[in-house]
Amino acid sequence: MTDRSPSTRKAAVTAFACAGIAFGMIGLAFASVPLYNLFCKATGFDGTPRQGSAPAAAATDDTMLVRFDTNVASGLPWRFQAESPQVAVHLGETKTVFFRVKNTGSTPSTGIATFNVQPGLMGAYFVKIECFCFNEQTLQPGEAMDFPVVFYIDPALRQDSNTAHLSEMTLSYTYFASKNGQPTAALATPGGTQKKSNF
Amino acid sequence: MANAAAHSGHHDAHDHKPPFFSRWFLSTNHKDIGTLYLLFAFCAGIIGAFLSFGIRMEMEEPGLQYFSSPGTYNVFVTGHGLIMVFFMVMPALIGGFGNWFVPLMIGAPDMAFPRMNNISFWLTVVGFLSLVCSLFVEGAPGASGAGTGWTVYPPLSTSGHPGPAVDFAIFALHLSGAGSILGAINFITTILNMRAPGMTLHKMPLFAWSMLVTAFLLLLSLPVLAGAITMLLTDRNFGTTFFDPAGGGDPVLYQHLFWFFGHPEVYIMILPAFGIVSHIISTFSRKPVFGYLAMAYAMVAIGVVGFVVWAHHMYTVGLSLQTQSYFVFATMVIAVPTGVKIFSWIATMWGGSIRFTAAMHWAVGFIFLFTVGGVTGVVLANSAVDKYLHDTYYVVAHFHYVLSLGAVFIIFAGIYYWFPKMTGHIIPEWAGKLHFWLAFIGANILFFPMHFLGLAGMPRRYADYPEAFAGWHKVSTWGGHIFALGMVVFFIGVVLALRSSKRAAANPWGEGATTLEWTLSSPPPFHQFETLPRIVDEPGHH
Repeated sequence: MTDRSPSTRKAAVTAFACAGIAFGMIGLAFASVPLYNLFCKATGFDGTPRQGSAPAAAATDDTMLVRFDTNVASGLPWRFQAESPQVAVHLGETKTVFFRVKNTGSTPSTGIATFNVQPGLMGAYFVKIECFCFNEQTLQPGEAMDFPVVFYIDPALRQDSNTAHLSEMTLSYTYFASKNGQPTAALATPGGTQKKSNF
Repeated sequence: MANAAAHSGHHDAHDHKPPFFSRWFLSTNHKDIGTLYLLFAFCAGIIGAFLSFGIRMEMEEPGLQYFSSPGTYNVFVTGHGLIMVFFMVMPALIGGFGNWFVPLMIGAPDMAFPRMNNISFWLTVVGFLSLVCSLFVEGAPGASGAGTGWTVYPPLSTSGHPGPAVDFAIFALHLSGAGSILGAINFITTILNMRAPGMTLHKMPLFAWSMLVTAFLLLLSLPVLAGAITMLLTDRNFGTTFFDPAGGGDPVLYQHLFWFFGHPEVYIMILPAFGIVSHIISTFSRKPVFGYLAMAYAMVAIGVVGFVVWAHHMYTVGLSLQTQSYFVFATMVIAVPTGVKIFSWIATMWGGSIRFTAAMHWAVGFIFLFTVGGVTGVVLANSAVDKYLHDTYYVVAHFHYVLSLGAVFIIFAGIYYWFPKMTGHIIPEWAGKLHFWLAFIGANILFFPMHFLGLAGMPRRYADYPEAFAGWHKVSTWGGHIFALGMVVFFIGVVLALRSSKRAAANPWGEGATTLEWTLSSPPPFHQFETLPRIVDEPGHH
């Protein structure tokens, strides 16, 4: 019973194969993060706008109303606004819109904006050529800056049955305090840190 | 199923058991570990039932009666869900019946890795203690416990619960998950390598088949949950932003990962029940299971398709129409193998010499209730309908019909069926039948009105509701009381059985019970099958 009979070796092989599957699945779970990012960027899934260079097609007469939504997460004393709340854009036309941010706090602070479009299905057709949101910005107290967003809307959206009927969309930005080079205290989640249990 | 030609009753003479501590705490015997799992599942089930009782008492009337805050109510809901899924149904069906009967049914002396089996059990217990701890430490600011729901979605579980309660809950899932993965490896190795000579996979009893499929589902899905909650843990404590938009993460990713685990998980809970119900129906109809191979491969099909339907839990996150269409279709496909099973059970009973024992009551009750739950599942599979019913009591009714009335009914069916085999004592038939009728009537009164509440718009996870919903909530709570009364009958039945001097025969159910466990004494010897049984093929006896 104690020697390594063929059947115990077979059992060990099965067990190690199973353990391999388990570890492989853990690996896949973590690999899903970069894969999901890549997938969102490639397909515009879940409102992730594409990043690209100049439009391939010429501008058309077909227009779309683009609304701008600007937010600042709590914990960052900035004011953030688009130069106009909405613009009408011809499909295929390259458009530049300026956004103004101002640090109203008394210390320098660094922020980075995340972005998204609604309806989420428009992500595949909203192409950004240049955007302040690709980099983080540091503002001195009282400093204000104008940042451009250069984008176009791919006319191919009229061929997609999901988006063909759309006439307006929203581009949304939220400025968050940047996690890099900032003490974590400044990033504290609102509301939660006052009463922390002694764990 | 296959019959044993060799009968092995000779080792009762040298059947020595280790002393108490090493027998129960250092146990390596699959039957003892199975017993430990069943006892653990019942202890956890009582705590989970206590939490659900709190929920039902609160929901009896509008307004807050018993809870000081709606957050605490959500802590009860979360605790109830996590305990019932991970520490009641899974330990009972997989750890309990699986450990007890898989080796017996395939003619193996024990599990492949007995000591690893012991680790699996104790990891589950420690995980449970961690979950109980989470109820008593701070979760949401100023309140104790994790009120996140069993899905633990961020951002509610990250920025919404800064206290350590969610960390404890995550730790509980890690531990029980590790235990379940080790258990799954054990089952797969045992079933693939240790079947008695002559027992090919296609002669293996359906319960062993169900455990094989379940073990593969566990092996493929639980590591994904472990990965997802580890990311949640580092998001909470170490400043990563997997699910935090502030750092470029996406909370929807968590939902994808969670449901990639979560959907197979519901089959993990119900497939062992499918296996058990097949044996009970076959035994008490005195007929072999109708369409044995179709039954086995229907479970395989359910397991495979179960992995590609996860986003039907997420119709409201903004999936494209094509994605939704795919998930609607794939989800409905599952109704086909499930239908094969339902029809085969009915065909097994058809023309059989049916005896309505207590176990048979529960099994037939299960078929009815599971079908009701399956039908509402097909309704919810439609993305357009689901957007209206998402997170309403209709969903609560649906998953309680398939789990609370499906899986739980079969846990009781399994107890009534195998109690004589496990203990050598017989639960009085009247107790099992009375328990069944109280549970059947009680559970239907408890859960059927929830369909109406959900269709009327009553959302899940709310402690309070408008007056308009009061009527059906009250009815539902009465049903809960009836169900609880049934539990009392169950415990009386068990106590009476254990006190009675009547002993069960090796096979108390007669010629319908053909699987190998009935060839052994009741209870079976501490070590069985020292001489492996040889399986001879009997045509027409599958």
